[in-house]
Amino acid sequence: MLSFILRRLSVQIPTFLGLTLLTFTLIRLIPGDPIEVMVGERTLDPQMHAEAMHRLGLDKPLYQQYFDYLSNLLHGDLGLSLVTKESVWSEFTTLFPATLELAIAAMLFASVFGLLAGVIAAIRRGSVFDHGVMGISLTGFSMPIFWWGLILIMFFSVQLGWTPVSGRLDLAYDVQPVTGFMLIDTWLAEAADPELNAGAFRDALMHLILPAVVLGTIPLAVIARMTRSSMLEVLREDYVRTARAKGLSPARVIFIHTLRNALIPVLTVMGLQIGTLMGGAVLTETIFSWPGIGKWLIDAIARRDYPVVQNGILIVATLVIVTNFVVDILYGIANPRIRHAK
Amino acid sequence: MSLLDIHNLSVHFGSEKHPFAAVDGLDLTVNQGEIVGIVGESGSGKSVTMMAMMGLLEGQGRILADRLDFDGKNLLTISGRERRRIVGKDIAMIFQDPMTSLNPSYTVGYQIREVLALHQGLRGAALNRRALELMEMVEIPAAKSRLEAYPHQLSGGMSQRVVIAMAIACNPKLLIADEPTTALDVTIQAQIMELLVNLQQSQNMALIMITHDLAVVAEVAHRVAVMYAGQVVETGPVEALFRHPAHPYTEALLASIPEHSKGAERLSTLPGIVPGHYDRPRGCLLSPRCPYVQEVCRADRPALLQHGATAARCHFPLVAKEA
Repeated sequence: MLSFILRRLSVQIPTFLGLTLLTFTLIRLIPGDPIEVMVGERTLDPQMHAEAMHRLGLDKPLYQQYFDYLSNLLHGDLGLSLVTKESVWSEFTTLFPATLELAIAAMLFASVFGLLAGVIAAIRRGSVFDHGVMGISLTGFSMPIFWWGLILIMFFSVQLGWTPVSGRLDLAYDVQPVTGFMLIDTWLAEAADPELNAGAFRDALMHLILPAVVLGTIPLAVIARMTRSSMLEVLREDYVRTARAKGLSPARVIFIHTLRNALIPVLTVMGLQIGTLMGGAVLTETIFSWPGIGKWLIDAIARRDYPVVQNGILIVATLVIVTNFVVDILYGIANPRIRHAK
Repeated sequence: MSLLDIHNLSVHFGSEKHPFAAVDGLDLTVNQGEIVGIVGESGSGKSVTMMAMMGLLEGQGRILADRLDFDGKNLLTISGRERRRIVGKDIAMIFQDPMTSLNPSYTVGYQIREVLALHQGLRGAALNRRALELMEMVEIPAAKSRLEAYPHQLSGGMSQRVVIAMAIACNPKLLIADEPTTALDVTIQAQIMELLVNLQQSQNMALIMITHDLAVVAEVAHRVAVMYAGQVVETGPVEALFRHPAHPYTEALLASIPEHSKGAERLSTLPGIVPGHYDRPRGCLLSPRCPYVQEVCRADRPALLQHGATAARCHFPLVAKEA
């Protein structure tokens, strides 16, 4: 098992190298540099500009900047933000729980409804429900996130007034960031001071719903379609017929004998969705002013904050790779044929 | 009274308007403790008949019958819940390919215990004991450790033994073996067949053996039903049917056994194929292929009538000609 994990990890080394090169180059390809962006419209003395660039080490040749960057990485140094002078890592850890909370909520939404819709569509193959689910999921899958988010805000927040437009919590509440997860923090705050923070948890929940739905839409569509086709495939298997021939109830045949096996490809797809989720988080957080990693990266790109962009993306990419890795291991639990393979 | 009594069973697939009769007016009875062989080429409706009886067609086929009784219960009218109380307990089935008949995600023990828990309500130690006992009954070596094995860790022969253990778990009155040895290699085939016949005798079950292998039928079965294009074309005691087949199809089937063509250049065959959806004859279903065909055969479909020792669907049964 250990050698399996190490082997899988070593495969990722070129991926990381390629990633650093890509982010390093791409951010520098965007016109303008950090100093110009900071100064903005005002005219800038070339002398001062050169000095500032020298101070940041940005006047060195590109290859040298890249090797400095790599050597810092190897020393575990993710650098400081050019704008806030905070360490990239500490900024990341402060903001990450917000993104994680959003991603978990989105994935929960997508998994529960995706699996349910996929299973029912497969059992009632060819029915109105089946065609409906497949049609809607195709639409959902092709929906541009920023547009879908704005439509939902217009309808539910502006017209109906059911949910707040943006942010994580109403300003009226005084909630200490204990875990960084707003749902947990508000719950703690409400328990600590029921009078001042009455309704804080509900408010945080209402803030979370729309962004989670928007972010979860594409994974929902993918999971529903994958579950359906995987279920249909497994339903044709001989062992499902055996299960029926045993006289087992339809529910047991579906959930114990069919879904368990149908889940294996669905798990892969869920793992792959983590990447989509991170990409989607950038857009979703921007639309809903959600103070998470996505918004942080967008802001950093706008400010040409090179270390934040390079290392922020690197951390996110590492997370995606690690989650996919965990999914690989989860496979073994879902599928004994893999677990026992040498 | 027969244990299983099927009269005029039809199973239709496809549209209501232009149905395809995979099973077309089939009659079959099986008595307690009897071994009945069902033979016929691929697509003759052998498996569909059994699946229809067990309710495994899952609403894909329409089942019509004058009578479909098992152990005094009408399988046509009982609810799904009642049927599930019979299926897997009193009627059990063994399938063709043991390697795909077991769920790959669960241990062998789990899958055997599942039947016992469902139909006999066994729990805990009693459940484990009975599962182990069944594994030993089907002669699986190192039965105790094999209970924790997954299907992919077993050979085809071992898997089929597990499937058999699952099928006989609740002492069924009727065991249906649907080509139980087709997917296995020859040496294992004999072992599995022997095991089935031994179990049939020790448990006093009725056994329906669906097979292509006429030799197996000749050896183990008491009675044979020969199926062709969804009908039983001839049925009777094994000896009589093999010695004096009344139906030309039975005769052709027996002639096609390689041993009967010793010395000949080619094996004996019956030209043509089983009629499909669009070329189903109005008269006798064999008429396009029958070497003895007459005008009346093309126009009228014969009924299953007793001719000598066997019953056959033929206007000109061979036994009558000889007599």
